[in-house]
Amino acid sequence: MTDALLRLDRVNSFYGPVQVHFDLSLEVPRGQIVCLLGGNASGKSTSMKVILGLLKPRSGEVVFDGQPLTGLTTPQIVRRGIGSVPESRRLFGTMTVRENVLMGAYTRSDAHAVAEDYERILDLFPKLRERHAQQAGTLSGGEQQMVAMARALMGRPRLIVMDEPTMGLSPLHVDRVLEMIQTINRQGVSVFMVEQNASLALQIAHRGYVLQTGRIVLSGAAAALARDPQIRDAYLGGAQAA
Amino acid sequence: MANEPKKPLLEITGLTRRFGGLTAVNGLSLTVGEGELVSVIGPNGAGKTTLFNLISGLDAPDAGTVTFEERDVTGFTAERLASFGLARSFQHGRVFGNLSVLDNVLVGAHTRLRAVKPRIPVVGPLVELALALIRPPSVRAEEERLRAEAKEIIALFGERLTPRLDKPAHSLSYANRRRVEIARALALHPRLLLLDEPTAGMNPTETAEMLEIIRSLKARGLTILLIEHKLDLVMQLSDRVVVMDHGARIAEGLPAAVASDPAVIEAYLGHKAVGAANQDSANQDGGRDAEGDASRILVAH
Amino acid sequence: MGAGYGQGFELTPEGPIIVFPTTLGPWLDYTINGLVIGNIYALLAVGLALIFGVSHLINFAHGSVYMVGAYIGWLCVTKLNLPLPVTFVTVAAGCGLLGAVIERVGLRPLRNAPRIAPLLATIGLSVVLDQSAQLLFSPDPRALPTQLPTWRIAIGGGSIGALDLLIAGVGIGSAGLLYGFLRFTKLGWAVRATALDRDAAQQCGVDVDKVNRTVFAIASALGGVSGLLVGMYYNTIDPNMGFQAGLKGIVAQLIGGVGNVPGAIAGSLLLGLIESYGIALFGTSYRNLFAFVALILILVLRPNGLFAQARRLPPEPLTGTFIAPSRPLVLPKWAVWGLAALALALPLAVQQPYLLQTLGNAWLYALLALSLTLVAGTVGQVSLGHAGLLAIGAYASSLLALDAGVPVLLAVPLAGLVAAALGTALVYPAFRLRGHYVSIATLAVGEIVTLVILNWESLTRGPIGVTGIPPLSVAGKPLVSGQWVYWVPLAVLLAFAALQSRLLNSHLGRTLRAIREDDVAARSYGVDLNRYKGLAFAVAGFIAGVGGALMAHFYSYINHETFPAPVSMLALTMVILGGLGNVAGAVLGAAVLVGLPELFRAAAEYRMLIYGVVLLLLIRFRPQGLLGTV
Repeated sequence: MTDALLRLDRVNSFYGPVQVHFDLSLEVPRGQIVCLLGGNASGKSTSMKVILGLLKPRSGEVVFDGQPLTGLTTPQIVRRGIGSVPESRRLFGTMTVRENVLMGAYTRSDAHAVAEDYERILDLFPKLRERHAQQAGTLSGGEQQMVAMARALMGRPRLIVMDEPTMGLSPLHVDRVLEMIQTINRQGVSVFMVEQNASLALQIAHRGYVLQTGRIVLSGAAAALARDPQIRDAYLGGAQAA
Repeated sequence: MANEPKKPLLEITGLTRRFGGLTAVNGLSLTVGEGELVSVIGPNGAGKTTLFNLISGLDAPDAGTVTFEERDVTGFTAERLASFGLARSFQHGRVFGNLSVLDNVLVGAHTRLRAVKPRIPVVGPLVELALALIRPPSVRAEEERLRAEAKEIIALFGERLTPRLDKPAHSLSYANRRRVEIARALALHPRLLLLDEPTAGMNPTETAEMLEIIRSLKARGLTILLIEHKLDLVMQLSDRVVVMDHGARIAEGLPAAVASDPAVIEAYLGHKAVGAANQDSANQDGGRDAEGDASRILVAH
Repeated sequence: MGAGYGQGFELTPEGPIIVFPTTLGPWLDYTINGLVIGNIYALLAVGLALIFGVSHLINFAHGSVYMVGAYIGWLCVTKLNLPLPVTFVTVAAGCGLLGAVIERVGLRPLRNAPRIAPLLATIGLSVVLDQSAQLLFSPDPRALPTQLPTWRIAIGGGSIGALDLLIAGVGIGSAGLLYGFLRFTKLGWAVRATALDRDAAQQCGVDVDKVNRTVFAIASALGGVSGLLVGMYYNTIDPNMGFQAGLKGIVAQLIGGVGNVPGAIAGSLLLGLIESYGIALFGTSYRNLFAFVALILILVLRPNGLFAQARRLPPEPLTGTFIAPSRPLVLPKWAVWGLAALALALPLAVQQPYLLQTLGNAWLYALLALSLTLVAGTVGQVSLGHAGLLAIGAYASSLLALDAGVPVLLAVPLAGLVAAALGTALVYPAFRLRGHYVSIATLAVGEIVTLVILNWESLTRGPIGVTGIPPLSVAGKPLVSGQWVYWVPLAVLLAFAALQSRLLNSHLGRTLRAIREDDVAARSYGVDLNRYKGLAFAVAGFIAGVGGALMAHFYSYINHETFPAPVSMLALTMVILGGLGNVAGAVLGAAVLVGLPELFRAAAEYRMLIYGVVLLLLIRFRPQGLLGTV
């Protein structure tokens, strides 16, 4: 697959003495939603850190749009066109919704286009229009997730990476968030999402990978993966026994 | 539960802890009987470590009670609970990095110091200082005894730690640091041992070794409350398993029963019941497979 | 060293405010004065709050930037004869540049070091800046004329002058500009976003290094302007004016809650008013006492500041002691005995009184280092007010000998006990604090000791000091000759070093070090933090108290400035140089830092500068010191 927008190539990463990833390789083809699944402590959130340059892998490389990201700082990587929706949203709590969303356009200098994009995004998330002057920290979890997505979109990314976008949300909001991810994807943005909730993620993803203690143990088309009984092994830690 | 009733060593009722808008532990109740090994499992952010902090006195609950050996210890400080015989390990391992392996374990025996730390009010600390400097025979004997015992505990881990007795803990491998933590906990002579992910960051061989060590501790009658993500280890060791999600207990019972509990599988793999439209065949298959699969795990051991 | 460190900006009776003998008038004046001073503090505190917000650092070099601002202003006014607005712009630009340099050179390299390292670096920077100013402009105060008209407007019974209005204007204007910057500019948003969530800001593409640099520049520009205004207000500036002012800024910021910009402004105005009213009630010499007592109260009662919301999680724990993992150099027993014997025998071979006196002085300082290395090294409580223990010991022994007729030989150990008891009691409220807060609290305690000595005249003879302190004597024979000046401190030092080594080898050694390494884990194993911190401070207090007592009996004269704050910084440099927690290292550090400059006759005025540079280099390149941390 040469048309991968994002490619991780045999990444080995460590937290101090602990190895988190073992030869982690995966691809996000252009225009697709790809999910990385895994149970607790499988290293899936750490893969977000590696992509965003917050954790430097000891070996292996991350390639975005044909260019290696090795040695770039997080802001430089963001400028290349990767938007991020971090775990548990990570909004700027005492800044307003508007300020939060516009922070996503920090790297852009085309003020006029930013204003237009902001309007478009408010059309996409009408709820945020009502709340634009409210402090982001006072919103509900689902609304915060919308702000986080809007913020990531404001940078006009070609790829959005999301860390457990449905975590801690009520079922109603979970559905909405999934719909929003699909909407974003339909607009041409590729999506790489890290999820614990396999059944949900596989509903909307094109492809999936399953990570277990730092190694990819399963991968394939989402529909096939959803039917694969081995996925439960990976989650319930039975791989050694199996 | 089919287990014979045991005298509860630890009893928790309605325990609740909120952080701002988030309820990390929500009305949780659980008991651990004398000599039992109970495991707490659940997805990330389920509130397991917060629960440990509440039990071990590092955090105070907003509601609910903790009873240890029939004494209400809710809100007691960590140092007091330690003196009652409660020892714990930490999720990411908290050894004293610049202390030698032996000194780490000896700090674990701190609550058992008697000769050098007489229970005298007010001037107690000064007496302790004087005894530490003068070192009468009783103090020396106690220190020697604890050192010998610490070495014995360290020897439980075979050749992993003994050659490194005098090495500072920061120079050890991650797995060895976790072992030091458990050795330190054992030096307290705990009535109840809380283990928070003792095998995190360990490879399969190391995990298997740790499993044997926990099994031997259990065989010696130690009461253990265990948080663990490696479910095969949990299935092999536990008398009972408590499953937490969103701060609350969603299931409890024998390992086999819990592993096939749909609520548990859902908590780990995802909520299937979201929107009727999503009840596709893949998911229904999934449900059946999960049950079959869980029993397969158990059969395997 | 450090004459003038005890004085910040005093409100002298002949100050610019004329008090009218009406009933309400003085109080109105005190209020105006309090608000004016509060405005000045606010310019400092806002900068400190901004810096804390983005880099979680309490910047001890901020006071020095303020001093630099005053001197740049002085150059502009007296040498270049620039008009006032140009002076202001020059000061702001110069100090802004200095702030950016401090961030780049002093702090960014320490980004991944333990949390306390950048704090210690700012202390080193502050010493370097203050001493450089002293070398460039001489330690003497300079007049800084205002160029402003001298009219005053009478209101009520009080009056307001042009300078008061200027200060108020600059204060309000800066606050307005800052608000506008944070609220309406892209970079201002980046500053707020970085303060709220550094990682998330980076993921929005914010270059946090640039944000840090900007914040340091803005904060320093405000600090410099503040120094200029103070210089004009009192018509005097000196190279040491920054120390107290920086502390006041820190106090004001803590009152408002660290990192909280509006809180810093409110805290500053409150502190200004407290001081102004306090002076009205008690007198000028109490001025600084109010600030430090307020600081201790805030730290103990409301560590999140007055305006923190209820039940908020405390801010960043700010843990992390400055213990670099290292393999300490262990001297073999015969080497220790050999060195001790050699040191004891030295006066038999060398008879130069000057050399012996210098080394004797080094051994006295080694007692202080021994004491500090136990607290800061072994237990990890980085105390910045350790000279206060020397002062307590010195005064206790002198006054026991002079006023109570206690024989000197008995007064010295008694003084040790007094310092142990008083020192522990004073620091006790800070036991529940961690990391940076311990350092700030101990610094305040040190200042409180000095101020109480200054003000409790009936006991301490106040500013006059204690004269005619009898020398140490055995059987009526005073030990004042050259050899005894050397032998007595050395013998006491060797005895305490042996005791401290024995203590570190006992169960107490591992218990104290466990607290330093991880106080949460230590608590979970039954270690009562208060008990053991108390023990450590008591032992440290005893050693330093005896050291201070010996100093008093050798010097025969002491006053409240004999043991100024820079002595605490010197002690810290000694123990870091030797290796934190390392007994031999403490002795070596004292010998090197007190002995060597004296022996080489390195011009005395360069000495403090050398200490500052040594501290900076150590933190950056050899945090484990010469002999290694224990």
